[in-house]
Amino acid sequence: MVKRGTVLAACGIAALAAGQPPSTYTETIPGTRVSFEMVAIPSGHFTMGSPATEKGRTASEGPTHDVELRAFWIGRTEVTWDEYDLFAFSMDLERPSSAQPRPAPPSGADAVTRPTPPYGDESFGYGKGKQPAINMTWHAAMEYCRWLSAKTGKTYRLPTEAEWEYAARAGTTTAYSFGNDARALGEYAWTRENSGERPHPVATKKPNAWGLFDMHGNVSEWILDQYDAGYYRTVQPGTVGPVLLPGNHRFPHVSRGGSWDDEASLARSAARRGSAPDWSRRDPQSPKSIWWHTNALFAGFRVVRAVEEQDNLKGFRSAITRDSSQ
Amino acid sequence: MSADQFTAAPSRRDFIKTTTAATLGLSFAPMMPGAYASGTDAIRIGLIGCGGRGTGAVLNAFEGAEGVKLVAMGDAFADRVASSLAEIGKEHAAQIEVPKDRQFVGFDAYKHVLASDANYIILATPPGFRPIHLAAAIAAGKHVFTEKPIAVDGPGIRQVFALVEQAKAKGLGVAAGTQRRHQTGYLETLKRVQDGAIGKIVAARCAWNQGFLWKKDRQPEWSDVEWQLRNWLYFTWLSGDHIVEQHVHNIDVVNWAMGTHPVAAHGMGGRQVRTGPEWGHIFDHFSIDYEYPGNVHLHSQARQIQGCEGSVSEALVGDRGQCQVDKYAITGAKAWKFDGKDNAPYVQEHTDFIASLRAGKPLNELKNVTESTLTAIMGRMSAYTGQPVTWDQALNSTEALMPPSLTFGPMEVPPVPMPGRTKLT
Repeated sequence: MVKRGTVLAACGIAALAAGQPPSTYTETIPGTRVSFEMVAIPSGHFTMGSPATEKGRTASEGPTHDVELRAFWIGRTEVTWDEYDLFAFSMDLERPSSAQPRPAPPSGADAVTRPTPPYGDESFGYGKGKQPAINMTWHAAMEYCRWLSAKTGKTYRLPTEAEWEYAARAGTTTAYSFGNDARALGEYAWTRENSGERPHPVATKKPNAWGLFDMHGNVSEWILDQYDAGYYRTVQPGTVGPVLLPGNHRFPHVSRGGSWDDEASLARSAARRGSAPDWSRRDPQSPKSIWWHTNALFAGFRVVRAVEEQDNLKGFRSAITRDSSQ
Repeated sequence: MSADQFTAAPSRRDFIKTTTAATLGLSFAPMMPGAYASGTDAIRIGLIGCGGRGTGAVLNAFEGAEGVKLVAMGDAFADRVASSLAEIGKEHAAQIEVPKDRQFVGFDAYKHVLASDANYIILATPPGFRPIHLAAAIAAGKHVFTEKPIAVDGPGIRQVFALVEQAKAKGLGVAAGTQRRHQTGYLETLKRVQDGAIGKIVAARCAWNQGFLWKKDRQPEWSDVEWQLRNWLYFTWLSGDHIVEQHVHNIDVVNWAMGTHPVAAHGMGGRQVRTGPEWGHIFDHFSIDYEYPGNVHLHSQARQIQGCEGSVSEALVGDRGQCQVDKYAITGAKAWKFDGKDNAPYVQEHTDFIASLRAGKPLNELKNVTESTLTAIMGRMSAYTGQPVTWDQALNSTEALMPPSLTFGPMEVPPVPMPGRTKLT
């Protein structure tokens, strides 16, 4: 395992954020007993994408390019159902002994629109609690972050693709954060090889060198960026905080990291995937839900928080509505 | 795996839309008479019930076959016709031939749709209306794709059973929206069960347990009837209660596997959490012990309560193995797991139906869906009354839930059934 300090020194990182370096903290969602941990990631730069020689890579992962990032925090784990249920089913508004949710007053976090309920079991029989939340759309994950921000007074959002890969690599340049040999993957990740065809409670495998769990597996994770297989060809060398801002189309958005339903090559730090209409193919309604997929049982997310937000992400939110086309 | 495949196929079970995409491409093209191979006559859809499911069904039919267009629409409410047209028009404007004079609104809209030149009727209203609409469609000589469930009470079921042979005698097809019967994984799994992979079935379980569903806040200008119609899930005369409206899917799978229907139900249920008046008068949970011939029992659960364990599933216990049908998995001596590509069942059911019509061998799925609907109704009757209910009692029940005449105006909410006090009629 690589020590973070060593990696940072080796990369010659200069802190971009002024003042004290951020430190890891625990956030308790106000009014609830639900908490999650945010791991401090210092500013720095890294080589994004995979070399042509990497086993299992696809052309979309190249060319490799140098990326510079400001400091941020990232969730130590994927968002669990304990957290997501508060938003998705307004459980933050319920009084424990009351039979009915009370009506939401139209202010603050309560002004954020909540998902319409799914016609079916959103947990797909895998259970809830510390299981990672699954099958939500990109729009829903974006709105969760907006709700969480209003709730906590801190600005949470989805990671950019660059932030996610930087955090996943944790200073490494190998296919996986533990090296190039996929045979060790089972120690770090739930993938098709060992999952028993289901997701598992978060943080039950080894973390990466920066203390992040399940970056290589369990559920694939929503990214703020739109997906474009040719995007890396357009990134200028040395860009600080590259991000491909999505418009109002439902697809495709980036999802990163392998999942319980994926083979090892898709679990690599550089592996990319874009969402597609097929992820909702069993939605019998039209328009299809903008909150729930029907066939993305492998998809979840984790949150980040910028120490000092880059200008193009300030106030950025999903533009998707029921009328949005694919 | 190429980058493109990675994008299109995130999971091995994901469906790669090669043939479907080709079909779609063709269906975008203007409809040219004679542009199809012989036997592919134009399908002219008349949509009755223009909500999200009806709208989705039209789009599924467009995707499922070539030479399909929409020619008439009807709904109780003008806003639903308009929103459905707008949604379908987003990407399929060329397949819409529904001028103002073929858009019908009101309780008799279905009659006008049936009087049009539509030859493929989609029934997607709340199920309480289904027997009336289905009978009228068969009388009008139309092929019908009907959503599930097929009725909400004994009289409705009897009316529909009588239509099974009528439709056959008239050469009319009737397809039912029990899409699992057109889903590759289910078909492959149950084929093996029926070939003896788990031996003789000795017990079964099925469930549709989930959280709350949508409701629409009452608007000041709405009459009682309009409020109930727009919140139809929560009124038994419209939905049959959620054991009928939703859980019928899982019950249908077990009936399919058993090759028959139960002879009796011993059920319980109640209204524990979802108790406010905005939720109508239906139950929020059911647990039914269904008895099949040969003393084989099915334990069925249906729950719509937030924050509880979820499960939408069917399982079969055989004397030589077990089958988790919804996971396409068989364990035991002949262990097996479906590892092929699953399909898009909501599209496939139209593909199969239209192919049968064009081949001159119309599908008739009415008996199966009617038996499964009555199975669910029998369970509801048992839970509502707290009494055992036999198949014949449910079938011959005289309790007609649909009001004899329906106009927009006042309507009381029926009382919440009370087991031990509510009587079987």
